Amino acid sequence: MNPEIGHYALVLSLAVAILMTVIPIWGARSGDEALMRVGSTLALVLAGFVSLAFAALVSAYVQSDFSVLNVVENSHSAKPLLYRITGTWGNHEGSMLLWVLVLAVFGALVALFGTNLPARLKANVLGVQGSIAVAFLLFILLTSNPFTRVVPPPAEGNDLNPILQDIGLAIHPPLLYLGYVGFSITFAFAVAALIEGRIDAAWARWVRPWALAAWGFLTLGIAMGSYWAYYELGWGGWWFWDPVENASLMPWFAGTALIHSAVVMEKRDALKVWTVLLAILAFSLSLLGTFLVRSGVLTSVHAFATDPSRGVFILGILIFFIGGSLALYALRAPTLRQGGIFAPVSREGALVLNNLLLTAAAAAVLVGTLYPLALEAFNGEKITVGPPYFNLTVGALMLPVVFAMPFGPLLAWKRGDLAGAAQRMMAAFGLAIVAGALALWAQGGGPLLAPFGMGLAVFVVIGAAVEIVERAGFGRLPAATAFARLRGLPRSAFGGALAHAGIGVCLFGIIAETSWNAERITGVKVGGSFEVGGYELTLDRLEPRNGPNYRDLVGVFSVRKGGVDAGTIESAKRLFTARNMPTTEAGIRTIGFSQLYVSVGDELPGGAVGVRAYWKPFVTLIWIGALIMALGGVLSLSDRRLRVGAPKPAKKPKARPGPDADPAAPVPAE
Amino acid sequence: MTRLCRLAGAALLLAALAAPAHAVQPDEVLPDAAQEARARELSKELRCMVCQNQSIDDSNAPLARDLRLLVRERIAAGDSDRQVMDYLVSRYGEFVLLRPSWHGANAILWLAPFAVLLVGGAGLVIAYRRRTVLAGATAPLSPEEEEKLRRALGEGAADVTKL
Repeated sequence: MNPEIGHYALVLSLAVAILMTVIPIWGARSGDEALMRVGSTLALVLAGFVSLAFAALVSAYVQSDFSVLNVVENSHSAKPLLYRITGTWGNHEGSMLLWVLVLAVFGALVALFGTNLPARLKANVLGVQGSIAVAFLLFILLTSNPFTRVVPPPAEGNDLNPILQDIGLAIHPPLLYLGYVGFSITFAFAVAALIEGRIDAAWARWVRPWALAAWGFLTLGIAMGSYWAYYELGWGGWWFWDPVENASLMPWFAGTALIHSAVVMEKRDALKVWTVLLAILAFSLSLLGTFLVRSGVLTSVHAFATDPSRGVFILGILIFFIGGSLALYALRAPTLRQGGIFAPVSREGALVLNNLLLTAAAAAVLVGTLYPLALEAFNGEKITVGPPYFNLTVGALMLPVVFAMPFGPLLAWKRGDLAGAAQRMMAAFGLAIVAGALALWAQGGGPLLAPFGMGLAVFVVIGAAVEIVERAGFGRLPAATAFARLRGLPRSAFGGALAHAGIGVCLFGIIAETSWNAERITGVKVGGSFEVGGYELTLDRLEPRNGPNYRDLVGVFSVRKGGVDAGTIESAKRLFTARNMPTTEAGIRTIGFSQLYVSVGDELPGGAVGVRAYWKPFVTLIWIGALIMALGGVLSLSDRRLRVGAPKPAKKPKARPGPDADPAAPVPAE
Repeated sequence: MTRLCRLAGAALLLAALAAPAHAVQPDEVLPDAAQEARARELSKELRCMVCQNQSIDDSNAPLARDLRLLVRERIAAGDSDRQVMDYLVSRYGEFVLLRPSWHGANAILWLAPFAVLLVGGAGLVIAYRRRTVLAGATAPLSPEEEEKLRRALGEGAADVTKL
């Protein structure tokens, strides 16, 4: 496909996006239904044009069209097809195009599936989506055009940064963007509600699926990025508090708070003003993340964009959308009617606590990430805010969240009984203490971090199970009734419990890995062996291998435990020939939930090769936990109430059911 | 068997004390295990200044190696942890510290998250007080009132379904 077609499609997209911003909102203001309906059509057309532009860029990469500057800078004809495709978004211009593609697709989904939305709300939502598209399309066309030609075209490209040539990095950015940009929908809903000046429980029900979907993708994206860093960077670390990681963690905290406060709003018509603010914050933090990563204001392992003109442009976008929405919020929020009241000890109260702590955690990450930049800007002083700061602050804030998590769902709406909830948690307490004692015994005394952390993790997992058991009424009601009630529980109940259990699983992995990680750094010759974490590794041979665009020096290790063969591990030092850049291909063997991690280093004098080997107990639980969380999100998303949508298919689009007309809540919350 | 497990546990613990980390080369390791452990702990608190957000313990960069060797040199020469850190700060500035110091404007950094928590909490308490006063909801409903309410709501709900 011709790159000019892509460029042209991009220009058309901009025109469509401008219309999409103006017409539906105009229609909503003047009450013209025909104009409002145009929004849906334009959203679909926009998605079509942006897809066309994206397809044109992908095709330029697949064909290695080196007359396109972007392809020259980031691709190579010897690169495998998969990485030629994924290389499309492994660079600044391409990733911004992906960003807009996701935005446009989300807009089209609202247009397609939002059939039960009131016309006015839908028109305003699409209008706001359109305005975001205008900003980012302008940004691409003016500062980051991926279709720029180069004359004369070179014969070969510069290749993609080798550490990005990896399946993990191929799917990490799209997942992350689905999360980031997914919050644009909740943002659009929030701004639309503020424009209209009215908001009710039905609003929360429409917003929640989008928030859940965005949150699920973001969770997966962050986990994927973490696993990628773990195996690709070759240090065996899985979280670095790198500013780019922080940029994705901030919207995650805000989004987590949002999906919880939206529950309160949907069920109890309370926390409206706060939910709207969170919806604005989640997307604002996503935009901030985009700014931090894309402007080059931070220089970190991930940041591969350095052009101040771009930074200033994105800063403009940032100020417009964050400033504008917050100003609108300040103007309109006081007029929004407040809903149901509740006692401090209640389900609502617990969710408020959750929101408060999660927001503070987001603030900790935000301040830690921006403070060094601000300090340098003000007095030129350079300091570093590293992992010790984040571990301390975020850890201190997350501890009460995790501890309180199992109690929340056991409290009744409006007024809860904390003592009663604690009583029902006795089984979880007991098992937590047993787990803690086991951990203490396993490590033979010593620091209390592991026993305490594992007890807490078990408490959370069992607590999530207790919630389901309690809601079904096992122990209180006859077994048959309880089973019937269990079947009748809404899927969102299972989803929530599953996500909570996922946090516990993840915590277990984190604590086990940090407390019981074993490491061995040594030089080893062929035939030599060493021990790590109870396993004996022997370097059988060192052999060179050739890949399509790299050369490997592979170390093959055989693993034995107590004299019994436990398989082999291959770890390579890889040299990408186009950029003459070495990377480490860690060798990982998964044993149960634990991993043996070997990375081969430089050759040492005397024929030995440097080897770093780690035994990482239960490390996979970190990512399995995140997967379980995302699965909980999916389960929740499939809840009938959200899927079919409580508001009946719009014959009378303005009829909105009250918060109590919830057909899918057969089991009263205890 | 039990003893074996305990031994394995103890071995794990010792290994954990030796600490997780990355880029240290075999030839850098100090002969004294206790000193090496100290060096590793300090290395994790020091930034590799030419790298992006990596500690000298994590980094493969030559500068990180020089710093690691410097830390070990000072430790071997009998410096306390504090003296080693002070020495590095005097040479490279506060930029080298991954854990920002407490003094001066950095207090903002350390206190900000907890300030958000406090201000947010205080705001909640105030909002809650104001709303309970406004709503006049002070005494809880008596059981009779609750029963009455439930009946009324039940009838209301029945009416709604007829629509």
